[in-house]
Amino acid sequence: MTRIDKKLQEKKTLLSIYFTAGYPKLEDTVPILEMLESNGVDMVEIGLPFSDPLADGSTIQASSTQALKNGMSTQKLFEQLEGIREKISMPLILMGYFNPVLQYGVENFCKKCEEIGIDGVILPDLPLAEYQEHYQTIFEKYGLANIFLITPQTSEARIKELDAASKGFIYMVSSASVTGSKQGFGVEQTSYFNRIAALKLKKPQLVGFGITNKETFQTATKHAKGAIIGSAFIKMLTETGVSGISSFVKGIR
Amino acid sequence: MKYNVNEKGYYGDFGGAYIPEMLYPNVEELRQNYLKVMAEASFQEEFQELLKEYVGRPTPLYFAKRLSAKYNTKIYLKREDLCHTGAHKVNNTIGQILMAKRLDKNRIIAETGAGQHGVATATVCALMGLECIVYMGEIDIKRQAPNVARMKMLGATVVPATSGSKTLKDATNEAIRDWINNPTNTHYIIGSVVGPHPYPDMVARFQSVISQEIKNQLQKKENREAPDYVIACVGGGSNAAGAYYHYLDTPEVGIIAVEAAGKGVQTGESAATSALGKTGIIHGSKTLLMQTPDGQITEPYSISAGLDYPGVGPMHAHLYASGRGEFISVTDEDAMQAGLELCKLEGIIPAIETSHALAIFKTRTFKPDAIVVVNLSGRGDKDLNTYIDYFKL
Ligand SMILES: Cc1ncc(COP(=O)(O)O)c(C=O)c1O
Repeated sequence: MTRIDKKLQEKKTLLSIYFTAGYPKLEDTVPILEMLESNGVDMVEIGLPFSDPLADGSTIQASSTQALKNGMSTQKLFEQLEGIREKISMPLILMGYFNPVLQYGVENFCKKCEEIGIDGVILPDLPLAEYQEHYQTIFEKYGLANIFLITPQTSEARIKELDAASKGFIYMVSSASVTGSKQGFGVEQTSYFNRIAALKLKKPQLVGFGITNKETFQTATKHAKGAIIGSAFIKMLTETGVSGISSFVKGIR
Repeated sequence: MKYNVNEKGYYGDFGGAYIPEMLYPNVEELRQNYLKVMAEASFQEEFQELLKEYVGRPTPLYFAKRLSAKYNTKIYLKREDLCHTGAHKVNNTIGQILMAKRLDKNRIIAETGAGQHGVATATVCALMGLECIVYMGEIDIKRQAPNVARMKMLGATVVPATSGSKTLKDATNEAIRDWINNPTNTHYIIGSVVGPHPYPDMVARFQSVISQEIKNQLQKKENREAPDYVIACVGGGSNAAGAYYHYLDTPEVGIIAVEAAGKGVQTGESAATSALGKTGIIHGSKTLLMQTPDGQITEPYSISAGLDYPGVGPMHAHLYASGRGEFISVTDEDAMQAGLELCKLEGIIPAIETSHALAIFKTRTFKPDAIVVVNLSGRGDKDLNTYIDYFKL
């Protein structure tokens, strides 16, 4: 069983954290991972920074720009993560845009992920049809889970398709927005959360976008298996730095 | 149909729809409907009527006598500069606003570089009484001030894009983010043959009226439908796509695309995508784009805001990769001189984008009896400040 699937079977609500690799400082990637694990975080999405992050709001845009200025690249991230499995046991997922992966070479990228012990990827701008037609066999050859997104606007038929195709879990985007822009969850979100729960999908769901604190975390995970915090964590890093990680995580659950 | 789009949205290896799931419902709705809607008689009737009565089509195919004499060949200028609002951009915005209405959208967003597409979008929104938000790079807002004022007069809200290079690429990013944030009532009017399928094809079809008219007009003037060459500047590539469209699969017609070399292709300040680009993903399309080896999109540069874009539409990537099109790049300096030359020889002040296409005659010779059509994509009123600064007028 994969590390992701094993984690998803644990009888608890999962907290996953997104952060941008190489931010605030280039060499912060691994220390952040270590602190997240020692503070009981269940899973992470390591953000591969991109110059033009279309689905991201200003917080992640700014952290990506800074990370690139710091010298982060796909190559550099892989170097930093060399030997990471001696230190970290939670599932590691890379999240980023497709172009840097394409330039690295999709096969080389997947191979490198397998060597390092990366369990999955989330590539928002690699949609289902293109993935299935061009890349699925390569990802599967290296045992790399590709995790798909659903949104409040995704039709039921398509949710079923994405449920079948997604490996591990489904990334459930909480609301129609880029990352980091909505404040709190209203009836719209809760009715969407209920609607998805009622579909009894095969894959567990992790809710992301708009999770900022204990309250939104609890609302999101009332039905879903877990939730992902991104922009709020990055804001904390910007304000407090890596020393703030412990109290941030304790504030969520 | 060798050079046109296939049913999967690809031109050869280029195209597709590399979009986040948040955009899928909107783009899919468009994909499923655009051909059907465009084929409706009532749509065509309304579209053609507006092109004729509102835009002022057909635009003349003007034989440029003095320019022809100077370069010893037969040069025709397709006068898109005479369209209402001053450039070809309005052909597309008329088409897309009618599309948006049929899809029941009441809020329109657009990106703009030179401001021509923004003005053309603001214009059709005023015409139809729809809300209009235009994203424009902060730098472009400064260098295209008259167009910003025009958009405001037309009732549009102009939102500065302050990320990245603060030009067209970043304005496009912001428009896409807006669409993600407003997934149900909004139509995004993309201004060129870029973006996810079906945009490149839809925009090319709306612009194809240009080559349709060239065919008819040449038939009358020269007793033949096909010129020897069609020349156009390429930013994203919409005026070029329109000018080439009906000649794509006519190999006797030479297709020449002119890109902006900026200060020179190898200076690091350039927008010559075919020379400097590699295949990648930009704004939802697999195409040629300027990028670092790591896949980060690089900041382009051109004196012309409309050509200051690090990619080209997938049709053009395919024309380049297949060798069907000849791609040339022209520096700021050569473009500015060619623009001034057209003023002096023909009494036409071209947009600086168009001036790039006109600069071809400096470097490329044509046979005396060759028929060369240059798509005069827009007029230079919006560029007066740049011309004034450049030539110290
Ligand atoms: C007059 C004119 N020509 C050309 C362009 C470049 O766009 P495209 O390559 O899509 O025709 C612009 C864009 O703003 C323009 O205003």
